Amino acid sequence: MSVKERDPLTGHETTGHEWDGITELNTRVPRAVWFFVAITHIWALIYWVLMPSWPLVTTYWKGLLGYDQAIAVEEQVAKAYRDIEVWRAPLGELSAEEIREIPELMTHVERTAPTLFGDNCAACHGTDLSGAPGYPSLIDDAWLWGNDTDTILETLRVGINAPHPDTRFAQMLAFGETNILSVPEIRTVVDYVQSLSGLDPDVPAERLEQGQAIFADNCTSCHGDNARGIQDLGAPNLTDDAWVYGGDDATMFKTIYDGRQGWMPAWEDRLTEADRMMLTLYIQNRAAEAKQ
Amino acid sequence: MMERLTVAERQQAMLITAVLALAGLILAIAGRNDPMGVHGWIILIFAGGLFFVAGNALYLAEPTEDRTTSYYDDPTKVGILLSLFWAVVAMGMGVWVAAQLAWPDLRFDAAWSSFGRIRPVHTSGVIFGFGGNALIATSYHVMQRTSRARLAGHVSPWFVLLGFNLFCIIAASGYLMGITQSKEYAEPEWYADIWLVIVWVSYFVLYMRTLARRNEPHIYVANWYYMAFILVVAMLHIVNNLAVPASFGAAKSYSAFSGVQDAMTQWWYGHNAVAFFLTSGFLGMLYYFLPKRAERPIYSYRLSILSFWGIVFFYIWAGSHHLHYTAVPQWVQTLGMTFSVMLLVPSWASAGNALMTLNGAWGKVRDDATLRFMMVAAVFYGLSTFEGSFMAVRAVNSLSHYTDWTVGHVHAGAMGWVALITFGSIYALVPILWRRESMYSWKLVEWHFWLALIGTVIYVFAMWNSGIIQGLMWRTYTESGTLAYSFTDSLVAMHPYYVARTIGGAFFLTGAIIGAFNVIMTIRRVRQDTQELDYPTKSEAGEPAVPVAE
Repeated sequence: MSVKERDPLTGHETTGHEWDGITELNTRVPRAVWFFVAITHIWALIYWVLMPSWPLVTTYWKGLLGYDQAIAVEEQVAKAYRDIEVWRAPLGELSAEEIREIPELMTHVERTAPTLFGDNCAACHGTDLSGAPGYPSLIDDAWLWGNDTDTILETLRVGINAPHPDTRFAQMLAFGETNILSVPEIRTVVDYVQSLSGLDPDVPAERLEQGQAIFADNCTSCHGDNARGIQDLGAPNLTDDAWVYGGDDATMFKTIYDGRQGWMPAWEDRLTEADRMMLTLYIQNRAAEAKQ
Repeated sequence: MMERLTVAERQQAMLITAVLALAGLILAIAGRNDPMGVHGWIILIFAGGLFFVAGNALYLAEPTEDRTTSYYDDPTKVGILLSLFWAVVAMGMGVWVAAQLAWPDLRFDAAWSSFGRIRPVHTSGVIFGFGGNALIATSYHVMQRTSRARLAGHVSPWFVLLGFNLFCIIAASGYLMGITQSKEYAEPEWYADIWLVIVWVSYFVLYMRTLARRNEPHIYVANWYYMAFILVVAMLHIVNNLAVPASFGAAKSYSAFSGVQDAMTQWWYGHNAVAFFLTSGFLGMLYYFLPKRAERPIYSYRLSILSFWGIVFFYIWAGSHHLHYTAVPQWVQTLGMTFSVMLLVPSWASAGNALMTLNGAWGKVRDDATLRFMMVAAVFYGLSTFEGSFMAVRAVNSLSHYTDWTVGHVHAGAMGWVALITFGSIYALVPILWRRESMYSWKLVEWHFWLALIGTVIYVFAMWNSGIIQGLMWRTYTESGTLAYSFTDSLVAMHPYYVARTIGGAFFLTGAIIGAFNVIMTIRRVRQDTQELDYPTKSEAGEPAVPVAE
């Protein structure tokens, strides 16, 4: 067993052991390996001396450079806020009209608002602001609560049906669930409402009249006599082609039968006044662009 | 296979499975109002089935030959097949999980198929199911051959192998039911953890007892690595899973650690699961199958010593590099980073030792896909250990952390290193174990090799691109000093890479399926072959202890 042999190929000796036909050469460790072992160890030693490293029973070695990641990050964050605040502060003080007249300020808004919208609003309203079933589009003409600057700012601040003391409150009653309307009545009023927005449900005029009567008795207090909605109540216009949940038979039946109570978070504690102003300007600009 | 056990051993197996079935029944009753009860039934069925297998064979004839004159390969064979089974299942899960990230609707709206549940089925299935079975099977083979001694025991190798697979089944089925303790790579709950401790300690005892009866005076390097794997994994598993069950009738438990201690313990475990499960164990495989297949001596015994002690010493410190820029104290991060960098040279020494061993056998690497699997595995080992040390540097980590770069890195290791060395070893081992002249089809081995390599390269490049783009997008500021991209923007940017990753994974899975097919066809179709010198012997000249009957 312990017979050392010389490998003819490399000229190195084996260790003289053999396991199931496997032998090992006794080649010395290449100099490059020792060199890089030395380099990495010296680098580690220097790093330990300079930076916080070894524990010392009740404390730890702080390092000659006195670097502390917690202090460093606090300083960096504070500096970043200071730099942003230079241009952002006026946003919380000026009116929307005044801001629009300062091109430099609008440049900052246009740079920053898309990310603010993407991180806070896009999950529901979509990256292109066009909404999704249950989440209104922000680039059409249909506004539940209105699209003037103060209204959007207020909606952002307090949310809709949100846990905020001043929150906007809106609720579509569950007409079927609570037996206010029977199933045939709901189907009739669905046809009527569809006819209002030109969907032309292809039903006899008589049925539309019945639907109109049911609508007048049950729906006008919120959606208005002409069904054009009441923005103070957050009740949508039913005569346009915009639908929050959908204008097809099944969705409308569900809306009237089960009721609806959409929800939007209140952003007062999560975004600054300046951020909410940026979002408002951004939404208004995108809506204006979409109209063109 | 039962005919190779004595009646006493069959009775032992019946006793063990009966006790286990009883434990399953108790678990099923205690957990009747909890998903844990389902696990009780699974254990009962698993152990009950094995009880009947053993009982059915109880009165078969006893083995007549002297068992010490041959190696005990039945558990190895079953382990190889189980490993391939888990490979196909778990890699299939991987492709599905990858596809879900590109096309979320592929969840099909079920709870069990959500990303959070099937992702651990993929990770545990690959690491423990595929990797673990391959490690147990090859370690049985390697320790017998390099010790020239038969396995110490006939029931315990089965107990370890099948017990380990029971753990894998409990783990995977538990994830689908939502059972998890939310520790990455250590998700199974307390009762599964206790069972694994029993299995793993038996494994260690079996390994040491076999080594103790070796006929070689020296312990071969492969066995150092297998031993480190078994010992350290036991230590990691026990410490990280210290927990108090909320009740004995339910799966839920609470970790013994909290806050940064919990994070530190978890990543001390997580990183060294990579080190001692996915590295050390597979280096054991490499150190046996590569020189054996290349028919070349190991390039340098001294380099083996340097890299072994370097790896086992430095790795255990490096876990905190998973927690850079977190609430873990900075001095802990410093140690994690510096030890990770010092670890690079020993790691590369292993890869270099493997590649230098191939000097004089490069013609074989060209012609033999099996050896090429092992060669490329060594290259990927070098690549991913360099990448690991690089990513452990805090400045690099500030870009790479939480991005797909990390995912690309682990897959360079898991696909390029772990899976390739495993497949290479399986192709080398199967004809030897089943006494076949060769594999069923060398062309299919070639196909598997290229599919696996292409799949790995597509996957890893996709994740490098995706990860670096993500990292850069998350830290890009506008001239106004605000973030340039929203998180959604980075998701949109990643979509093409997620598609590419799914394709890469599908290539790799296809290779694995071809491999499993090739192995089955080898067992069923290829002619018998008589092999020389494959029995335990005390003789230096390799003569059998007892002349083999013709």
